[in-house]
Amino acid sequence: MSTKRDHLDRPIVVVTGAGVVSSLGKGKDENWVRLTAGESGIHRINRFGIDGLRTTVAGTVDFMDLDGQSAPALSYALAETAGVEALQQSGIENGTFPGPLFLASPPVEMEWSHRFEMDGEIELGEAQGYTRLLEAARAKKHEDWFDLFQFGRTADKLSEKFGTRGLPVSLSTACASGTTAIQMGVEAIRRGETDAALCIGTDGSVTIEALIRFSLLSALTTQNDNPEKAAKPFSKDRDGFVMAEGAGALVLESLDNAEARGAEILAVIAGCGEKADHFHRTRSSPDGSPVIAAVSRALEDAGSSPTDIGYINAHGTSTPENDRMEYNSLKEVFGDRIHQIPISSNKSMIGHTLTAAGAIEAVFSVLTLQKGVIPPTINYDTPDPDIPLDVVPNEARELQVTSILSNSFGFGGQNACLVLNKEIG
Amino acid sequence: MTQSNIPVWITGLGLLSSLGEGPDAHWEALQGGKPLNVDLERFAPYPVHALQEPDWATQISRRDMRQMEPWQQIGTYAAGLALDDANAKDEELCGRMDMIVAAGGGERDVEVDTAIMQGARETNDRDALLTERLSNDLRPTLFLAQLSNLLAGNISIVHKVTGSSRTFMGEEGAGISAIQTAAARIASGQSDIVLVGGAYNAERADMMLIFELGQYMTKSAKPIWSRTGEDAGFAVGSVGAFLVLESEAHAKARGVTPYAKLRGVVADHGSRSDGEAAKRMDGAIDCLPVSEKTAILSGATGCDGITAEESAFLMKHLPGSPVRGYGTILGHSLEAHFPMGVAMAALAMKHNHFYPPFEPAEQATDDAPKNILVSTFGHYRSEGLALVETVDA
Repeated sequence: MSTKRDHLDRPIVVVTGAGVVSSLGKGKDENWVRLTAGESGIHRINRFGIDGLRTTVAGTVDFMDLDGQSAPALSYALAETAGVEALQQSGIENGTFPGPLFLASPPVEMEWSHRFEMDGEIELGEAQGYTRLLEAARAKKHEDWFDLFQFGRTADKLSEKFGTRGLPVSLSTACASGTTAIQMGVEAIRRGETDAALCIGTDGSVTIEALIRFSLLSALTTQNDNPEKAAKPFSKDRDGFVMAEGAGALVLESLDNAEARGAEILAVIAGCGEKADHFHRTRSSPDGSPVIAAVSRALEDAGSSPTDIGYINAHGTSTPENDRMEYNSLKEVFGDRIHQIPISSNKSMIGHTLTAAGAIEAVFSVLTLQKGVIPPTINYDTPDPDIPLDVVPNEARELQVTSILSNSFGFGGQNACLVLNKEIG
Repeated sequence: MTQSNIPVWITGLGLLSSLGEGPDAHWEALQGGKPLNVDLERFAPYPVHALQEPDWATQISRRDMRQMEPWQQIGTYAAGLALDDANAKDEELCGRMDMIVAAGGGERDVEVDTAIMQGARETNDRDALLTERLSNDLRPTLFLAQLSNLLAGNISIVHKVTGSSRTFMGEEGAGISAIQTAAARIASGQSDIVLVGGAYNAERADMMLIFELGQYMTKSAKPIWSRTGEDAGFAVGSVGAFLVLESEAHAKARGVTPYAKLRGVVADHGSRSDGEAAKRMDGAIDCLPVSEKTAILSGATGCDGITAEESAFLMKHLPGSPVRGYGTILGHSLEAHFPMGVAMAALAMKHNHFYPPFEPAEQATDDAPKNILVSTFGHYRSEGLALVETVDA
């Protein structure tokens, strides 16, 4: 039983390990150096032919060693790499993790290369399309592909690798998924079900079809000429997000458990807030009330007031609507003080890592608390006069911060926020 | 102080399947005497428990219907039924109601995909073909009808359930985790009321393919306990199953009559070699107060090996208990399967009567069950058990 408790008499939840992979590199060190130098990981796509695509830039991760390129294979590899780094830092051995796994992972689908290959496996007959592929499936077992395309398989494999306990949870709250994974870990520890939880967000799903899907919803930037300049959150000329890949992992523990192990405490997850929106499938309520509620609940859950927050890690996707909505909602919660709080978007450098974003941004927030440096919002050359925020433009800033708000919003009315603190209590 | 062991009541059921809609239609159909709604032709050689289409407009506007693929329609409809059943369609209540949805997703535009596969045989530049065809032929909003979390999104839009919203993925395990997490939230005081469930649309060749890659689909219409050898495998069934779970105090304050109490849920996963699934559950079942008066609703799939293992596990722990394999009647519904079993258990507890045998291999009973164990050993991974009992227990 936990004895150290928070303002609502719940176990205090701390971070004892963190790991990250993004288009900037593998691991916290490389990412942090490049992130605080204001470097971009966005580049021209070379994974597949880009002729005819409206968007030809992305933050793909192209340096992983894969046995065949596919979204599930890459998502697994990214998650495993981030997880190994987080466990290593926490001092918990792979294979014996003393708690559950909460994995934010992209929905799994069979890919075109596999459809094409199956289509060529049997003699041409009358049946076409999926009826034909079913014939091919009856003719020969495709065990490896079956494995690859089960929704639960990424979490299963990670659970086996790390030895997490119980049934692993694979979850999706769209672009808020990484934050939800952390939130679920916090909740499980607060319920007293476990002393530790491994929370990972991963996304390796940049494919032709994924790009086209977002393009058809007009969500992506079409500023292809200069890839490194394409993501420009809070700028007047922002016109959409840049798809990207990566993974973030956190080892969460009750404070008691961490102290009993003598583990180094990196940060405290002091509060989580969530509120769903019923306005529209892709757009937020015009009055911002669900986002306002999610932010307010995270502060309340942490026992914090708006004046406690020293830095905001924005959702900041670089879409016209998100950035405006995020500002308007924050202004409601923080009042005029919002114009003095530094707020930056990691997505200006690593793009929008979708399912992984909340987890990666939480890892970067932990690093900001530890190192006293706020990563910048790069490509901030033309401020949007309607969003008069201190976006930490273009250059990192040294500042000791004790409390951070991290925002994540997603399609389907998903809004989730975290408050991360440097100190306990 | 984190409270624990707050009683978890089941106060609403939303059921939509091949048997029809609502608890009453399901209860009646499950008394037997009615032919199963199994379509042997449409997806031959695969039998499919096809949906009995409801009057969609009673839950979902035509405008919203157009934004959804069938799996979302089934789920959104069933969620609406559950809210109605729990007398919970109230703006204030839904505005603070938590939601956990077990979902797959990814239904394709079969026509577009078929044309692309045909075109690909005649080109050396498949990337260019994909870009050309997908950019021009995909319906822009189709993506939203494919995303796993957009079933929950649609429930928020249509029924205004907007407390928290989480979507779990991962076949049978997603449904098990959803029920387990919802119950844990209520038992600990993190939630007062949760809408939880899942939906599966069986009538899709593209979705069947995912399982037939591993040859998990049966081509036989035999009951699950008789599917051995060539016949092993599952027959998919369209199911929407949602439950309203609520703390006892919250339900009493609202003055609603519960179906039953959800006493506990245990779950695990891991290797499937050498009876290891049963070994894992050997330990887990000790956490649930089962007895010789416990009846069993098994979500066994009919797949080779694991169904026999589940059956042996149940016989070992509850040798005299009547077992009903509900996959025989409803088909296998993946993410929705475990929620459906828990809902069926709640329904039987309310009637204070167990179901008659679903097939000749099952033993009849006249005894009212003391409680009902719901068991699901997933076709490939994940095992879960839930115990449902009367609220007076």
